[in-house]
Amino acid sequence: MQTFFSIGVDALAYGMILFVISIGLSVTMGLMRVVNLAHGAFAMIGGYIASYAARDLGLAYGLAVILAVAGTIIIAIPLERFLYRRIYGAPELTQVLMTIGITFCVIGIANYVFGPTLKTIPLPPDLQGPVDLGFRTIAAHKLFAIFCGVAVALGLWYLIERTSFGVKLRASVDNTAMAAALGVRTKIVYAASFALAVGLAAFGGVIGAELLPVEPYYALRYMVTFLVVVSVGGAGSIPGALIACLLLGAIDTTGRYLVPEYGEFFFYLAVIAIVWVFPRGLMGRAK
Amino acid sequence: MSITNTSATIIQPLPAASSNWLRDLVGIAIILAAAIVGYFLFPNNLALLTRMIAIMLFVLSLDLVTGYCGVATLGHAALFGAGAYAAGIAAAHFGVTEPITMIAIGAVGGAVAGLVSGVVILRGHGLAQLVLSIAIIHLFHEAANKASNYTGGSDGLAGITPDPILGLFEFDLWGRTAYVFGIVLLIVIFVLLRILVRSPFGLLCRGIRQDPVRVSAMGASVKRTLIKMYVISGVVAGIGGAFNAVSTQVVGLDSLSFTNSAEALVMLVLGGVGTLFGALIGTIVFIGVEDFVSAANPFHWLTIVGALLIAVVLFAPKGLYGTAAALVERYRKGGK
Repeated sequence: MQTFFSIGVDALAYGMILFVISIGLSVTMGLMRVVNLAHGAFAMIGGYIASYAARDLGLAYGLAVILAVAGTIIIAIPLERFLYRRIYGAPELTQVLMTIGITFCVIGIANYVFGPTLKTIPLPPDLQGPVDLGFRTIAAHKLFAIFCGVAVALGLWYLIERTSFGVKLRASVDNTAMAAALGVRTKIVYAASFALAVGLAAFGGVIGAELLPVEPYYALRYMVTFLVVVSVGGAGSIPGALIACLLLGAIDTTGRYLVPEYGEFFFYLAVIAIVWVFPRGLMGRAK
Repeated sequence: MSITNTSATIIQPLPAASSNWLRDLVGIAIILAAAIVGYFLFPNNLALLTRMIAIMLFVLSLDLVTGYCGVATLGHAALFGAGAYAAGIAAAHFGVTEPITMIAIGAVGGAVAGLVSGVVILRGHGLAQLVLSIAIIHLFHEAANKASNYTGGSDGLAGITPDPILGLFEFDLWGRTAYVFGIVLLIVIFVLLRILVRSPFGLLCRGIRQDPVRVSAMGASVKRTLIKMYVISGVVAGIGGAFNAVSTQVVGLDSLSFTNSAEALVMLVLGGVGTLFGALIGTIVFIGVEDFVSAANPFHWLTIVGALLIAVVLFAPKGLYGTAAALVERYRKGGK
C-alpha cells in the first residue's frame, strides 16, 4: 500500500511536469507542423536562468520563475524569426536536422557558460519538506508540481475554448489558409502560440527541476520523452497530451520502482504498443 | 508530409547505361585512390580509417532507407548494432571466429533487425514514424544492456579474436589487414548497391519517396517494397557492424545508441541524401573533423556539429556532394 501510494504520487507529479513542458510542443506541432526537437532545450534554458537568478543572484523563487519564462521567450523570439520560419512546411528530415542542430548548439553553449555540473534551483521554505495530508505525507514540491500541472491544464483549456484568441488558434490549426482568408492574422497567432509554448516549456523546466535535474544534456535526454508524449497524445490535443502524460508517467514510474534493472525497456515497449495501435495518437485527428 | 514537395524532381532522364558503368569505374578508382592515399598518409592511424569504413557502410545503409525511400529515422543504429552483436556473440560465445563467416552472421543479424524495425517504423507516418524509430533504438539498447550474459552489458563484449582471413592473412597489430579487408568489403558493397539503386526495384523505391499514392495506384505494394529495402539496408548495416566487431575486436553498447543513429543521419545529410557518394563523403568529413576537434574539446565539438547542421539545412540542403555535383553540372551547361 505504501509503495502503491508513493508510486501514485510520483507518477502524478512526473506526469504533470511532462504535461507542462510538452503541451507547448503539442500545440505548436499541431499548429505549425514543425517537429521541434529543440523544445527540451527551451525548458533547459528556463531552468538555467531560474537557477542563476535564485542561487547566484539570491532572488525570490517566484521572481526567478517569472524571469526564467520571460528570458526564455526573449531568447526564443529571434530563433523563431530567423531559423524556424524557414522550416515551416519543409520536409520532416529538414525540420529534424535543423532543430537537432539548435539543440546541439544550446547544449554546447550551456556547457561552456555554466559548466557540466548539475544546477539546483533552491526552493522556498514553503516548498521544502513534507506536507501532512492526514493519512500520508508527501513532498511539498511534488504537490506543487501537481498543482501547477492542473492549473496549466485548466488555464489552457479556458484560453483555447473560451477566449477569442482560442477561437483564432483553433481556426488556424484546422485550416490555416481559410482562417487567414477570414481575417485571422495567422502570423501573429503563430508567433503568440510559439511564445506561449516556449514560456510553458521554461516554466515546466523550472518547477520540474527537482525531478528532471538541469544539466547540459537535459535537452537531449528528455527530448525523446517530450516527443513521445506528443506522439502518443496526438499533436494539438490538450486532453490527449494530459492522458498521455499521466499514462506514460505511470508506466515509467512503476517500471522504475518495480523493475529498475530493466531501465526504460517497458516505457519504450509501451510507446511502441500505443503508437502501433493508435498511429495518430490517442486523441489525434485524421488528416 | 515529407513526400509532397519533392515531386518537382520526378522527371529526369536516366543517364545512358554506358556512362553509368563508366561512372562506377571512376567511383571505384576514386575509392581505391583515396584508400591508398589514406594508407600512406596516416600509417599510424589506420584504426581511425578502418572505423571510418565501418561507419561508411552504416551510413550507406541509412541512405538506402532515408535517401532512396524517404523514411526519416533516428533509430538506424539498431541495425548496425544488431550486426555487431550478432558477429561478436557468435565469436565470443560460440567460437565462430572465421572472419568472413562472422561478417555473414552480422549480415543476417542486421537483416533480422531491419525486418523488425522496418515493420514497426513503417507503421507510422511523420512524427509517429520518428517516435517509433527512437523507441526502437532505445528498446534495443535496453535489451542489450539487460542481456549482459551474452552482450557484456555496459562493459562491452570483449574476447572476439578473429582467425586469419581465408587462413592466410592474420590480423596484425597495426591494423593493416583489417584496413585492406575493409576496403575490399566497401568496394564490393558499393558496386552491389550501385546496381541495386539502378535496378527496377531501386527506381520503385525512389518513386515511393516521391509519391507513394501514385506508386500504389500503379499496382505496386508500397509497404512490402519498403520493408524489403529495410531488410537490404539491414544486411549492409549488419555487415558494417560485424566488420567493426572484427576489426576492433570489441562491441560496445554505444553501437546501439541514439547518438550513433543521430550522428549517422548528420553524416548522411552533410554528404548529401540520396546519393551513395554523398554518404561516403559525409562520413569522411564528419569523422575527420570530429577526430581533429574533439581532441581539443568535446563540447565545442557538439556546438560545431549543431552549427554545421543548421548551415547545411539553410545553405546546402543537398549536402556537400549534391551541391558540388550541381555546381559541376551548371559549369558544364555554361560551357556548352
